[in-house]
Amino acid sequence: MSSPLTRVRLKQISQLIEKGKRLDERGLHDYRDLKIELGLIERAEGSARVLLGKTEVLVGVKVETGEPFPDTPNDGVQTVNAELVPIASPNFEPGPPDENSIELARIVDRGIRESKAIDTEKLCIEPGKKVFVVFIDVYVLNHDGNLIDASALAAMSALINTKMPNYEVKDGELKIKQGYTPLPLKNHPITVTIGKIGNTLIVDPWAEEEQVMDSRFTMAIKDDGNICAIQKGLSGFFTPQQILEASKLAQQKAAELRKKLNW
Amino acid sequence: MNEKTEKLIDKKGIRLDGRKADELRPIKLQVGVLGNADGSAYIEHGKNKILAAAFGPREMHPKHLALPDRMVLRCRYHMAPFSVQERKSPAPSRREIELSKVIRESLEPALFLELYPRTGIDLYVEVLQADGGTRCAAITAAALAIADAGVPMRDLVVACAAGKIDDTVVLDLYDAEDKLGAADVPLAYMPALNAVTLLQMDGVLSPDEFEKAVDMAMTGCKKIYEMQKEALKTKYMVVKEVEE
Amino acid sequence: MPTFFEKKQLVTPGELLAEGDYLPGENTYMEENKIYAQRIGLVDDENKKVNVVALRAFYVPKVGDIVIGTVVEVGFNGWTIDIKSPYTALLRASDVLSRPFKPQNDELSQVLNAGDLIVAKIASYDRAHDPQLTVGEPGLGKITRGQIMRVVPTKIPRVIGRKGSMISMIKQETGCQIILGLNGVILVTGKTPEDEEFAMSAIKKIEQESHISGLTDRITQLLKENKVKVEENKIE
Repeated sequence: MSSPLTRVRLKQISQLIEKGKRLDERGLHDYRDLKIELGLIERAEGSARVLLGKTEVLVGVKVETGEPFPDTPNDGVQTVNAELVPIASPNFEPGPPDENSIELARIVDRGIRESKAIDTEKLCIEPGKKVFVVFIDVYVLNHDGNLIDASALAAMSALINTKMPNYEVKDGELKIKQGYTPLPLKNHPITVTIGKIGNTLIVDPWAEEEQVMDSRFTMAIKDDGNICAIQKGLSGFFTPQQILEASKLAQQKAAELRKKLNW
Repeated sequence: MNEKTEKLIDKKGIRLDGRKADELRPIKLQVGVLGNADGSAYIEHGKNKILAAAFGPREMHPKHLALPDRMVLRCRYHMAPFSVQERKSPAPSRREIELSKVIRESLEPALFLELYPRTGIDLYVEVLQADGGTRCAAITAAALAIADAGVPMRDLVVACAAGKIDDTVVLDLYDAEDKLGAADVPLAYMPALNAVTLLQMDGVLSPDEFEKAVDMAMTGCKKIYEMQKEALKTKYMVVKEVEE
Repeated sequence: MPTFFEKKQLVTPGELLAEGDYLPGENTYMEENKIYAQRIGLVDDENKKVNVVALRAFYVPKVGDIVIGTVVEVGFNGWTIDIKSPYTALLRASDVLSRPFKPQNDELSQVLNAGDLIVAKIASYDRAHDPQLTVGEPGLGKITRGQIMRVVPTKIPRVIGRKGSMISMIKQETGCQIILGLNGVILVTGKTPEDEEFAMSAIKKIEQESHISGLTDRITQLLKENKVKVEENKIE
């Protein structure tokens, strides 16, 4: 799957796209089959597995305690990490995160952070001293295109699935009580990536299309329709007109997804 | 959310540093400042002080990273430890790694990569002092460094950011505005081809505000583009008067 | 259909030079019927072809070009040569040694060592392979005397002049032997260092002022003035 495509295949894909068709017979603006599974990792406070076509991403959320950042002493901390593990693609090598996994993590992080999806104020245990730290770890299990959208969906789903243990602070010490509370969430951002092949914009590019694609435009959209993160990627370019087109398309798809997922 | 005690832009539309909503910070550009680089440029954009150096095209090291049919552009965006308020560790941060990638992707569309197979260009951007908008200033300088190295380009790439502070869409946010403001939208552009090669956003904007920010950033870009051309021409202009 | 420049105007990459019925020449490219500059340089057009003489460019090897290079490394069966190009050049031992080459016996560094200068010809070069050099022709080989200078490779034609007139004049008036590498490296060998330096300054002047009309006259003038000075010094 991930071996470089032959010139013939690449040409075939771009010619089809120009005619408004895709190899897997989707519409230019259609998503592949989407399946979300929650809570499959019991050891994690929250987890979700997303299957977008054959792309598979697992996100585990761990909630621990730690120190707040000095400039936000009353807020909990959010951190996103992504791993493109070798099992996901013959092109992924073991080792420290490379620029692709770092960019992926930071895009997912931006959507969640800027939309204030996690109500970090409610994660304060002792102002200035102790807060909850939410670790969001993105684990890409199979790469068949559009890792960004799959990862963002999995991350948000995992957060929705996350439950924190009840606690009380007695004599400056954190004591765990019975029961759980869902992680306090204020928003449910949806991230949509638009790919550009020639002058055609497509939604949810799969792996082979990504080899033909020259640029991508990712947008994260809040519940209220406002935009909270944008990232243009790859070595091509968009005209300003295409930016606006991609922006409108992303907003439209986000609204559709939001309805479908009931977020 | 922390309550802002001070407005970032007052009722008359004047910002804390005295600028109007659509005003750029002062910019100074110099081309050909480093003797050992094939091409180089220095930019001062507000309080940002950034050096860009280009080496190549030259043989790739390590060789196995070379591509048989095209040139490879490698980019490193790096901040000096003393460039920011609180000393930054010299080790590359995740932010620097992401910025290195997006800066590279903003410049690649300008290059004719297929012309020089099996070679590479190494581009180094050193941020000596940072005050918001460093990736944009870095791109503006980097494009000049590449042109100064004699590498053929489709166009110079120029970059500028717009954003939102209080409820106003403004041009060219400096660090305080970026930290306290509502959104920041850096954009890189090739005017000749009407091509946007970098576009990011963090913060929150309505779709209309986003459109306005993109427009504003592009206007800023076009102004800085004229300065880029000027800086490049200044270096290569020869004394026109000749004694008889 | 228009052009958008004045003769010999300084242009930067991406500047729109012409639209319509024109052809993209040196250092220009065409996109949707418009011609743009690729490098910083001076633009001009000739017979509907728009060219930019680059003020800053690097040398790309061409088969048959004479180049001057420095030995970088002595290898097992040849030498690696720096010809001031993105591509390193190779000179095979078999090209230099007149007899069959025996790797165990022949000490290549005795023939050419790192740091030596050579004049060579590009024997072969293509997109998939580094340029191969040859010194198997008269006038090529190791350089033992003289001074080296560099100019932007695009200026070499101007240094040569029409039908070699410019370079002949400099050679004659300074008594120097001058080899012009098309990679922008020039070897000047004269009777005295002063002669060599003078020839080099004349060449530098050509590089810097080639776009200003009347260059030939100015160079002629410069050379005459120097000749007078030399005569005066002799008398003293």
